[in-house]
Amino acid sequence: MNTEKVVFAFFIVLALTVNFGFFLGDIDNIEHHAVYELYAAIVISFIATAMKAGDRTYIGAVLLATSLVADLQLVVAAIDWGLATHVREEGLTPATVARIVSLSGGALLANVTSVILLMIEAAVVRR
Amino acid sequence: MNSVLFILLRRLRSPIILLISVYAVSILGFVLVPGIDDQGNPWQMDFFHAFYFVSLMGTTIGFGEIPYEFTDAQRFWALVCLYSTVVSWIVSVGAVLSVFRDDAFVRIMKRNRFEKQVLRIAEPFYLVCGYGETGLLVLNKLAERGVHAVIVEKQQERIDTLEVDDLGFKVPSLCADASRPDVLQSAGLKHKHCIGVIALTNSDHANLAISIASKLIMPDRPVISRTESRDYAANLDSFGTDHIVDPFEAFSNYLTMAICSPYHHALYDRLTNPNHRIVSEQKQNPKGRWIICGFGRFGKALRQQFIEHHIDATIIEPNPLATHAPDDIVIGIGTEAVTLCEAHIDGAVGIVAGTADDANNLSIIMTAKELNPKLYTVARQNEQANGDTFDAAEIDMIMKPSIMMANHILALIKTPLLVTFLNLMQKEKIEWIRLVSDYLTGLTGTKSLDCWSLTISPWETAGLNEAMKNKMDVLLNDLIADPYNRDLKLPVMPLLLHRDDKFIMSPTLDYKLKMGDSILFCGHYRDADKMYWTAQDIPTAHYILTGTNHNGYLARWVADFLSRNKKTIKSEQT
Repeated sequence: MNTEKVVFAFFIVLALTVNFGFFLGDIDNIEHHAVYELYAAIVISFIATAMKAGDRTYIGAVLLATSLVADLQLVVAAIDWGLATHVREEGLTPATVARIVSLSGGALLANVTSVILLMIEAAVVRR
Repeated sequence: MNSVLFILLRRLRSPIILLISVYAVSILGFVLVPGIDDQGNPWQMDFFHAFYFVSLMGTTIGFGEIPYEFTDAQRFWALVCLYSTVVSWIVSVGAVLSVFRDDAFVRIMKRNRFEKQVLRIAEPFYLVCGYGETGLLVLNKLAERGVHAVIVEKQQERIDTLEVDDLGFKVPSLCADASRPDVLQSAGLKHKHCIGVIALTNSDHANLAISIASKLIMPDRPVISRTESRDYAANLDSFGTDHIVDPFEAFSNYLTMAICSPYHHALYDRLTNPNHRIVSEQKQNPKGRWIICGFGRFGKALRQQFIEHHIDATIIEPNPLATHAPDDIVIGIGTEAVTLCEAHIDGAVGIVAGTADDANNLSIIMTAKELNPKLYTVARQNEQANGDTFDAAEIDMIMKPSIMMANHILALIKTPLLVTFLNLMQKEKIEWIRLVSDYLTGLTGTKSLDCWSLTISPWETAGLNEAMKNKMDVLLNDLIADPYNRDLKLPVMPLLLHRDDKFIMSPTLDYKLKMGDSILFCGHYRDADKMYWTAQDIPTAHYILTGTNHNGYLARWVADFLSRNKKTIKSEQT
């Protein structure tokens, strides 16, 4: 067993699950989407990106790309949230919540791709 | 993608993860720790403010407590965060610095930069492997001619001297083992502007590896390789190395030629050496028994040549076992009178001080001169820096391997035909040599000569090409006509004509030229410019060949038009 591989897979899968947790619920109901979950999703996604960086293999490059996509979507969602609560006058409207949740839905897809790639890699290695 | 970036990211993986974690925990802490707003109501920071505050704290010292004054609990947490963020930044910056100071990383960065520099070269360049004394000389001469070069050298100290040796333009250099094919490829072996590979490393084996690799990867690239033994020379020759340069073999040949056939030697000297000596000034080298001190690579090459030309030689060598010397040698260095007397110096006509040590060589010559003042002295000078002492010693012939090799290589680069001519010349009879020498003296006096070659081709000789297309005969005579006045001849001499696989020595002036012919000329370089003018300029070539001025396209069209009109008028009249 390889500790490094365990940690690596742990963070990638965790990024997906936390992201899914935030995404789950009515799309425009803020009660169903906790800010802590979005925060955790962003932090774990960042860590996953850092772990994937520096791999020269082809699959490593694709993994890094999916992670960067997830980061981008989640950060945009967080910025939108911040702007809505602190800068824009109208506050968190259902429309804004729907936008934030759908952005995190995009990140979810990227994370799903990431996990699928991880499974393919695991299946290819015969040891 | 850039491998440097990958390595940097991989090395910095843990510091980056550390930074992310510390920031994440700090931000979360600020969100969770209860606070009080300006009205005294319980208040909790949101993520936006927490991120703002932690970012500010991590990078600067001297911030306010925002947006409301902190409670003690918040201050407590701020203290923890302050130290942990600062420490994690120090760790990260330290990691970055250590990566940039890491030898392996620096090597990869240098290699990358070198590859980029090579890729960006937009002019013809030579790939020079080995930057010793010969390398420096070759590079200097290439630079004088405005030819670029790329250097691969194994020792970093020699590369460092490159920065001091001012060559006029930037020479990309890499500290690596040039005998590895991947290094050669980084250095631009496959680059479309690479015009040749010059292998000048100290090791015969490395030169062999470089030559093989470049011949296999790019069979069309000319390869010039240095070697110091006959075995390696034969090996290099077997797979088609274009030119093999052996300084010891070349000098042995040169010296033997001076002893056996002075006229050949004089012509050779005249064509290869810009500051040649006039025949009459040369000391006649008497035939007789010679003494060779040192039986290393040079001594062996010299003895071989002497045997082939039936010249007696006595060898002095301190270590006969290690050098596989023959039995009839005198054991000693040759610096003491005893050894030289044992070698019967009083009966010898000349002495060659050919050891690898300059001080010993000088000492041998000085002792020998005292014992026998009439001796013809030949000394090998190994280090460029000892030039002054060798000059002061009044030695008849000084052998400088690095300069010889550099001259030879430059001749090969400039005019490969000259080297062919010099080889063929040695088989010619004395009468022929005297004829050529006298002819050259008649043409240019005793001034220094230059050699150049011209190939009849559509791109090198556009003017002649146009004439040949119009079915005009181009003679060698036309090529050496003065473009200002075709009745005058330029003071140049055609030495060699190369057609298909045949070489014609000193072709006659009524020789009819064909496409693809290469001709070696000898004379003043300014006359070469005039000759190129005839060869390349269509109107000049036309003038030389016909004696009339060449008309431009418009003038020709008008002339055609008028003559056609005349004809139609005439036919109408009839």
